[in-house]
Amino acid sequence: MKTRRLWSFSGGLKLPGHKNPSTPMPIVQAALPKRLVLPLQQHIGEAAEPMVSIGDQVLKGQVIATAQGYLSAPVHASSSGQVVALENRPIPHPSGLSAPCIVIETDGKDAWGERHPVENYRQIDPSHLRNLIRQAGIVGLGGAGFPTFIKLNPGPQPKVKTLILNGAECEPYITCDEALMRERAEEIIQGAAIMAHALNAYHCLIGIEDDKPEACTVLAAAAAEGIEVVPIPTRYPAGGEKQLIKVLTGQEVPSNGLPIDIGVVCHNVGTAAAVYRAIHRGEPLLSRIMTVAGKAVAHPGNLEVLLGTPIRHLLAQQGANIQSIDRLIMGGPMMGFTLHDDGAPVIKTTNCLLAGLHEDTRQPPAMPCIRCGACVEACPVGLLPQQLYWHARAKELDKTQDYHLFDCIECGCCAYVCPSHIPLVQYYRYAKSEIWTQEQEREKADLARQRHEFRQQRLAREQQQKAARQRARKAPVTPSASKAEKQAAIQAAVERSQAKRAAQKTAEDEPFSSP
Amino acid sequence: MQFSLFSSPHLHQKNGVSQLMFQVILALLPGIAAYSWYFGYGVLINIALAVTTALASEALMLRARGQPLGLFLTDGSAVVTAVLLALCLPPLAPWWVPVIGAAFALIFAKHLYGGLGYNPFNPAMVGYVLLLISFPKEMTAWLPARELATHTVGLQESLELVFTGATAVQGMTIDALSGATPLDYAKTQLGLGQPMAEIRVQPLFGIVGGQGWEWINAGFLLGGLWLLYKRVISWHIPLAMLGSLLILALCFQWLNPAGYPSALFHLVSGGVLLGAFFIATDPVTAAATPRGRLFYGAGVGCLTYIIRTWGGYPDGVAFAVLLMNMTVPLIDYYTPPRVFGHNRH
Repeated sequence: MKTRRLWSFSGGLKLPGHKNPSTPMPIVQAALPKRLVLPLQQHIGEAAEPMVSIGDQVLKGQVIATAQGYLSAPVHASSSGQVVALENRPIPHPSGLSAPCIVIETDGKDAWGERHPVENYRQIDPSHLRNLIRQAGIVGLGGAGFPTFIKLNPGPQPKVKTLILNGAECEPYITCDEALMRERAEEIIQGAAIMAHALNAYHCLIGIEDDKPEACTVLAAAAAEGIEVVPIPTRYPAGGEKQLIKVLTGQEVPSNGLPIDIGVVCHNVGTAAAVYRAIHRGEPLLSRIMTVAGKAVAHPGNLEVLLGTPIRHLLAQQGANIQSIDRLIMGGPMMGFTLHDDGAPVIKTTNCLLAGLHEDTRQPPAMPCIRCGACVEACPVGLLPQQLYWHARAKELDKTQDYHLFDCIECGCCAYVCPSHIPLVQYYRYAKSEIWTQEQEREKADLARQRHEFRQQRLAREQQQKAARQRARKAPVTPSASKAEKQAAIQAAVERSQAKRAAQKTAEDEPFSSP
Repeated sequence: MQFSLFSSPHLHQKNGVSQLMFQVILALLPGIAAYSWYFGYGVLINIALAVTTALASEALMLRARGQPLGLFLTDGSAVVTAVLLALCLPPLAPWWVPVIGAAFALIFAKHLYGGLGYNPFNPAMVGYVLLLISFPKEMTAWLPARELATHTVGLQESLELVFTGATAVQGMTIDALSGATPLDYAKTQLGLGQPMAEIRVQPLFGIVGGQGWEWINAGFLLGGLWLLYKRVISWHIPLAMLGSLLILALCFQWLNPAGYPSALFHLVSGGVLLGAFFIATDPVTAAATPRGRLFYGAGVGCLTYIIRTWGGYPDGVAFAVLLMNMTVPLIDYYTPPRVFGHNRH
């Protein structure tokens, strides 16, 4: 490992790690559950469209739902068996609501469908490579679930300078990326090489927090030409994409911008390993490594879990005392969300399952803000959390935007340090959703107004056309027209009406004839 | 099985408002110990009277405003206000001085503005300034430090003096015991044209500052540094306040050494260190942005020097803090930190 110049971001926190129980644990294969519940939406973007119906037999790796639109990812059967239901089931989502899922009853054979490994990815066109990655259903495994093939498309950008792999894993409790880096360094490095090829990137940096020395050593030993493993200081949220890019390159992703704007693309280490499997082995994304930990778990550890495995199944396997769980968290304790139902399945973005925390989670009553400024010091984005709080609470939404509400990454540092125990992030989420709702309503109103205007225009146009027709019809009958002509016109009209009446009469006389 | 939903983050620091306030009180102890060593029981009596009054006023106002008593009475903020106020009062001041000061601070300067977190002015300083301008005689009757006293006042005598104004045994009054503070004396003598070097040889003065005051201020400095170490306060305000005061004092001392006290004398002879670490850093009334705190602290330091040197009062910390309190919304508005990904404009 070369020592490399590093930068730092302002704010951030040194958090209690709580990683000791699961850090030393090797990756263990979770047992095959009886039923797999595969939500159609496990990523950002449009939900996938089901391709199977109840009763269908499916093989492992078979596509059971296809991507809808550009920003979407297909879903594959993570084991062989029979489709037994297509219905709404509880899913891992902050809302606690249910969503459409495909339920597969596994047959225990775990029989694979066809696989098409790629012999030499270097001979393949990047666009074809991206297509293969897309078909493998790979999305960002770090937590956001952005379809990976899109982030591997540099677009009209002249050159991607740096591919960054995120192995920082800065949240307490989570150790799955560390276990992956330790045990499957080769897969990550190969995946990084494929990604770099697809992006035509100069070089690749793998950022790892320095509290994982073993992962650093193993990865550095496996690293190929052009790939550099960089230990970075352990400071939450160093694993935030923008923070990691700042630490490694000194560059800041512009607000409202993307890393690609400064020639950087950032992927999670787990995503790189998934890309390797998709290309080299022809395996779509069927499983992921995740950490199961928390106060209520007797055997915390890192598991390789099939997507769709119900959480209840994992809790049972790791010896969790379900009755003693005060809150069930998916993700880390800082940014993860609580689950309403342990029947919800593991999805592509599930990196951690926490059954209760080792610290007291009871939140003391919120006191008034004493303007101590601890939140300002802790904010890694340089926001003024207390001002945002005042304005969000007062529903002064335009002021929250003046204070850059939408730059907030919801890392929770401010709420963590607040001595008054104010749930600050909750206020920001509220303000953001209020603003989104208002914008939607404004758009709706704009649309309605446009429609109304179109209608008015159409009516006016029709009115004009009618008037024009009338004028056209009247035009020949000028006052100067001769008497004979008028007489002829009247005569013609009378004949027309007589003919019509006669036709009606015949129709009435023969009721069964067709009209 | 079903679980309740909570909003992230799910981890929280244990330190709450009451712990912060408790740490502030703890940090004041060395200074209080030195103060009562040099000036006797009066200091402690002032603290006891102010704290009792403050808690009673707080309870009364919480009840009147329909706020939860238990939550706010135990937050420690009223105690901190009362102790800070008491430390600004002359030892052996009549009992009604700390009582009026603390009651006014809590009722008018704090609760009438909405209680904890909502007061624009430092309540302790509002109470102090009210007393200073309403009862100038009582507020300037300072005791001489231990070494200079002709008669040391015991606990019973102190209580008699505080509550009745005279001692039964000795027939002594406060007036007979009290004298000017070093800052007051220096200011008066400089006004009369005495050079600083001659003033400094008076027994009222010690090694670098006022006799006894040096050690009291050393106590506050110690507590202040501990607060910095524990990150209860940030360095911005103390550094800016002490820095600006020192720079001004050094400049004027350099220009005319006879006409202006030394920078060190300024630091250790009045309320500057107490002000820098404990009063100006009151989070509620100070600027909240890091850059803003530098401006705010510098403002307090400059105003303190100006009032001390050319103003009507020997010490200017209280007025400087209150004046700068007024500027806080403006300072905060113009000194936001740079947001990640945004360019400096």
